[in-house]
Amino acid sequence: MLGIPLKYNVRNLFVRKVTTTLTVLGIALVVAVFLCVMALGEGLTNVFAASGSEKNVLVLRQNSQSELQSGLGRDQIPLIRALPGIEKDSDGKPLVSAELVVVLNLDKRDGGSSNVTIRGVEEKGMALRPQMKLTEGRTFVPGTSEVIVAEGVAKRFKGAELGQEIRFGAYRWKVVGHFDAGGTAPDSEIWTDSEGMLNTFQRGGFSSVLARTTDRAARDLFVAGVAGDARLALEGKSERAYYDAQTSTAAPIKFLGFFVGIVMAIGACFGAMNTMYAAVSSRTREIATLRALGFSRLSILVSFVLESIALAFLGGVVGCALAFLLVKVALSGVTGTTNFATFAEVVFAFRLTPQLLLTGILFSLVMGFFGGLFPAARAAFTKITAALRQVG
Amino acid sequence: MAEPLIRIENVVKQYTRDTQVLTVLDGLSLEVEKGDFVALMGPSGSGKTTLLNLIAGIDRPTSGRILVGADEVSAMSEGALARWRSENVGFIFQLYNLVPVLTAFENVELPLLLTRLSKAERKKQAETALAVVALSDRLDHYPRQLSGGQEQRVAIARAIATDPALLVADEPTGDLDSKSGEEILVLLERLHSEFGKTIVMVTHDPKAAARAHRLVHLDKGVLKEDVRAKGEKGEIGVAAAAAIAAGR
Ligand SMILES: Nc1ncnc2c1ncn2[C@@H]1O[C@H](COP(=O)(O)OP(=O)(O)OP(=O)(O)O)[C@@H](O)[C@H]1O
Ligand SMILES: [Mg+2]
Repeated sequence: MLGIPLKYNVRNLFVRKVTTTLTVLGIALVVAVFLCVMALGEGLTNVFAASGSEKNVLVLRQNSQSELQSGLGRDQIPLIRALPGIEKDSDGKPLVSAELVVVLNLDKRDGGSSNVTIRGVEEKGMALRPQMKLTEGRTFVPGTSEVIVAEGVAKRFKGAELGQEIRFGAYRWKVVGHFDAGGTAPDSEIWTDSEGMLNTFQRGGFSSVLARTTDRAARDLFVAGVAGDARLALEGKSERAYYDAQTSTAAPIKFLGFFVGIVMAIGACFGAMNTMYAAVSSRTREIATLRALGFSRLSILVSFVLESIALAFLGGVVGCALAFLLVKVALSGVTGTTNFATFAEVVFAFRLTPQLLLTGILFSLVMGFFGGLFPAARAAFTKITAALRQVG
Repeated sequence: MAEPLIRIENVVKQYTRDTQVLTVLDGLSLEVEKGDFVALMGPSGSGKTTLLNLIAGIDRPTSGRILVGADEVSAMSEGALARWRSENVGFIFQLYNLVPVLTAFENVELPLLLTRLSKAERKKQAETALAVVALSDRLDHYPRQLSGGQEQRVAIARAIATDPALLVADEPTGDLDSKSGEEILVLLERLHSEFGKTIVMVTHDPKAAARAHRLVHLDKGVLKEDVRAKGEKGEIGVAAAAAIAAGR
């Protein structure tokens, strides 16, 4: 035994073109907004999730939440270097980089200004971050005021093109290269030599030390070594754990996405419900006829819920297309937001993943289901004899 | 006398609005033989449609019993009744009640979706039904592309698609001009004589009633007259029908 064929519902959607179009657009808008906010959250999560290696250990002063709050004396660096567990590079030197992080407020190209992280690194700074690649120019020469700039930063800030000068107060840095860090944290940074930076900013010490350990056991050994030396008063965290903690920046955005999405979805549900109520009351005699022919209440209910879901599905597809266009055209390239842990700008791209699109479609189906349930129940409980008396 | 297909025993149908009770059928008893063609006449509001709906199992009596064949229709559950209708009753309505978004073929196929037939069998059966009503050339036409008479013929094809024993028709010619109405009556007569359908038809029109073999006259919810045709063709005849309709 079959139910009422789906073509019956689909054709009815196309019969009432205007209401169908309006309802579809309403649902599409909700899905598009939801997807854009979620794509923003997804982009941010990606920045932090992709950053940080399991084997890398970030050494900070005890109880520091971020590199900005941390500080290490110059004299502590050799002690850290001497700890066991550190991997050696192919040239035999330990994979360690003592780094200095400063946040500068730089002028943007489109007016205004924003905070950018400038990071001083040692020789192995880049080797410690395998996703990093120079895309243009060359790397800086240690001891000079040369810098390399992330491409995302270069696009957004003044003086960051190759050969130009970045200015901040009396400071000048010559841009000699651009790099790409594959969507990880350095994509929001400007890099230079840490020794040179200590001089420039007249600092007595570094912010952090990043070290690569050989394996998990070595990592634990190294972390224990850092904690065990009372002279240090430092702690080592896995780089991955450090960035995971920073992902909290994305959490409120995702929450916002869900919140806005759900509030708007309730509105769209009522839209679909209205449309379906109108559809049911204009087809009362038709429904009674189907019941007289022997279709059960359940098959009427299912039929009208499916009609509502089909309606919402159209909305979902249009919404996905809309979000796709928006992200590709209007929100293309990179965008910045403030990392609430470091208060520096984080550069990221909207990421509209296939999973997100699928979520958008499912989201629309859920709207269709709830919007259609009550009208379908009304249809299913149509009183046959009374409805057959209706004319028109 | 042939065995009865429909047995109506002491049926009362009342509607209660606020405190007022409206008795539409008042202890009515009636039997309809298998293979009979019965016309139900009576003034407006006399309970014809109500009685037809009870026989067809889309309504329930306040009291009394209705049996169709061996099935006690008045005692069935909602779900069982729906299944029973799909197997035993063909409906013909005054306003045809075709589904506008479905083609003639799809409308006729609709009741067949409730059977266990395969797609090919459904196709064959729907096409046969449309051939009986002489609309084989209109399978893909939508109701709005058909005349009223053609729409009613599609509706008749839908009613006979599952080959039910009983056809119920409420004013099947009520919305048609006399020529189209005549075609429908000829068709019903054929379904009765050639296919052996039991037909119960509500009508105001003496010319339609004249085609029937038995005429039941309702008035204020009770049987007023019950006339059986005699003679060769077994039809009531226009004169007798007109006389009964006029209440003489
Ligand atoms: N759902 C209902 N609630 C209350 N009264 C009803 C209801 N359905 C029918 N009636 C009343 O029952 C009576 C009989 O109605 P019915 O439709 O059976 O008459 P009928 O003989 O078919 O009339 P007509 O020739 O006008 O079609 C009428 O007075 C009608 O108003
Ligand atoms: Mg009536």
